[in-house]
Amino acid sequence: MEFLADVFVTPFVDMVQAPDFLMQVLWEGLVSGILYALIALGFVLIFRSSRIFNFAQGIMVVFAALTLVGLFALGVPAWLSVGLTLVVMFVLAVVIERVVLRPLVGQPDIILFMATIGITLFLIGFGETIFGGENKVMITEELGIPTGDTVLEPFGGLLILQHLDITVVIVATLLVLALLAFLNYTQMGRAIRALGDDHQAALSVGISLQTIWVLVWFIAGIIALVTGIAWGARAGVSFALEVIAYKALPVLMLGGLESITGAIVGGLMIGILEKLFEIYWGQPLLGGNTETWFAFVLALIVLLFRPQGLFGERIIERV
Amino acid sequence: MKDTEGYVTADGRQIGGTLMEMRNITLRFGGVVAIQDISFDIHEGEVRAIIGPNGAGKSSMLNVISGFYTPSEGEVWYQGAKRPPMKPFEVARQGVARTFQNIALFEGMTVLDNVMTGRLTHMNAGIASQALWWGKARDEEMENREKVERVIDFLEIQNIRKTPVGRLPYGLKKRVELARALAAEPSLLLLDEPMAGMNVEEKEDMSRFILDVNDEFGTTICLIEHDMGVVMDLSDRVVVMDYGKKIGDGTPDEVRNNQDVIDAYLGVPHE
Repeated sequence: MEFLADVFVTPFVDMVQAPDFLMQVLWEGLVSGILYALIALGFVLIFRSSRIFNFAQGIMVVFAALTLVGLFALGVPAWLSVGLTLVVMFVLAVVIERVVLRPLVGQPDIILFMATIGITLFLIGFGETIFGGENKVMITEELGIPTGDTVLEPFGGLLILQHLDITVVIVATLLVLALLAFLNYTQMGRAIRALGDDHQAALSVGISLQTIWVLVWFIAGIIALVTGIAWGARAGVSFALEVIAYKALPVLMLGGLESITGAIVGGLMIGILEKLFEIYWGQPLLGGNTETWFAFVLALIVLLFRPQGLFGERIIERV
Repeated sequence: MKDTEGYVTADGRQIGGTLMEMRNITLRFGGVVAIQDISFDIHEGEVRAIIGPNGAGKSSMLNVISGFYTPSEGEVWYQGAKRPPMKPFEVARQGVARTFQNIALFEGMTVLDNVMTGRLTHMNAGIASQALWWGKARDEEMENREKVERVIDFLEIQNIRKTPVGRLPYGLKKRVELARALAAEPSLLLLDEPMAGMNVEEKEDMSRFILDVNDEFGTTICLIEHDMGVVMDLSDRVVVMDYGKKIGDGTPDEVRNNQDVIDAYLGVPHE
């Protein structure tokens, strides 16, 4: 009985008794959630326009962050480094399209997936050769990102909002909204969606496969840079950053690989739920550190009931 | 070009000079010859049909015109110039729009978005301008919307503008596909079996739309069909193919009385 109470009663009592702390937990969940959503969007864009599951998204985050820090270390001004890093990400997109994807057009999806694993391994080695393997510090202050905090006192309690987190939430939200507008209201955006639906038809209306692929990989690069800065500012810049991208996997399982709404809602859901679970169930009952696996378990449970994910297109096989 | 003279049709319409010319086109897949040494031309403003029994090579010919296949031998002349080997999207940007026999629409997108993709060939604004939804991109989007709405009105699909294409019945999908091709304001419109799988009423609607398109916009149309009755009513001139070869070319009346054509359709054994 006592165990049942610990699972089903105590956590909720705690939440009600300390609403300020609950808000703190929700806020921190939201910050991670929006970053998960952003990365998941990068996956969805590439998947929709080319049926490729981009295993290299994680290493692109690391590569972007390393390039930024590396350029700054060479004496390039901070904001110019950001611009140059974007150029590097664009060149990377062009090279990947030209060298890896174009020769593999029309091959089974699994081959293209394996090619992205190849890109990952190459970027790990290439990155270490150029930038070295040791940890680096993100140039947060030099970029003018505020690092202080604001203390609010809701319900007579305490709520601490890191300025870094606020900035991340604002920038990531703007980026997500901009991407949505781009996809829905511009011809280029339509071309990206069209290519995902039907290659042949897309060719017949004058869409160039190559241009669109470079474009979506570049967008994935921009997303990688933003995530790299945001996550690097908290945890430092190292190859361990790569794992943030794998946090997007359960998001994609939840949201479905096809759905943009799914990526956003899934990301926020996982960010918030894993934080809630960690604080109210994980730490008191399971000794903590549940954030590493909770998202995957949640995704598996959802998949039991909805194999296509929460927002994916229903898979109907005709017999 | 050897022949830039127009001609006058039986019902008194003036047809312009040569728009496209296929010269000695041969297409092989390994050892199989799909098209064997075929030449014909398409004049500006006419409705040109390619007919023939199943497997005659009609669709292959259309795919050569639209750049999906590169001919093994022969030349394609378009708007007075020889066309180098091109990718389909480059052909599309030259003003050749097409529909597909098995309907190739973007199923997840609305009718309006589908038709809007037809305007992609007219897109000039850069990516940056589009990303910021500013300046040229914004003006272009407005202009494109206007043109697209006109096409939608013309084909009478206003009431399904916001419906995802995946939910539409077959006949309407065919019409949406035609709308998308029309939105490109093509110089040459290729229709691959526009009437395939339709009932009598839908066929009549589609015939009317094809004639109206030709009439109102002056669009040059090249279509494939194997329903002889429909083709003869619609087209100004007809190419007849059988086993990859051209066996007839001329006005519907000429073709109807051509002995080779009669043989091909009645199934006289080849010697």
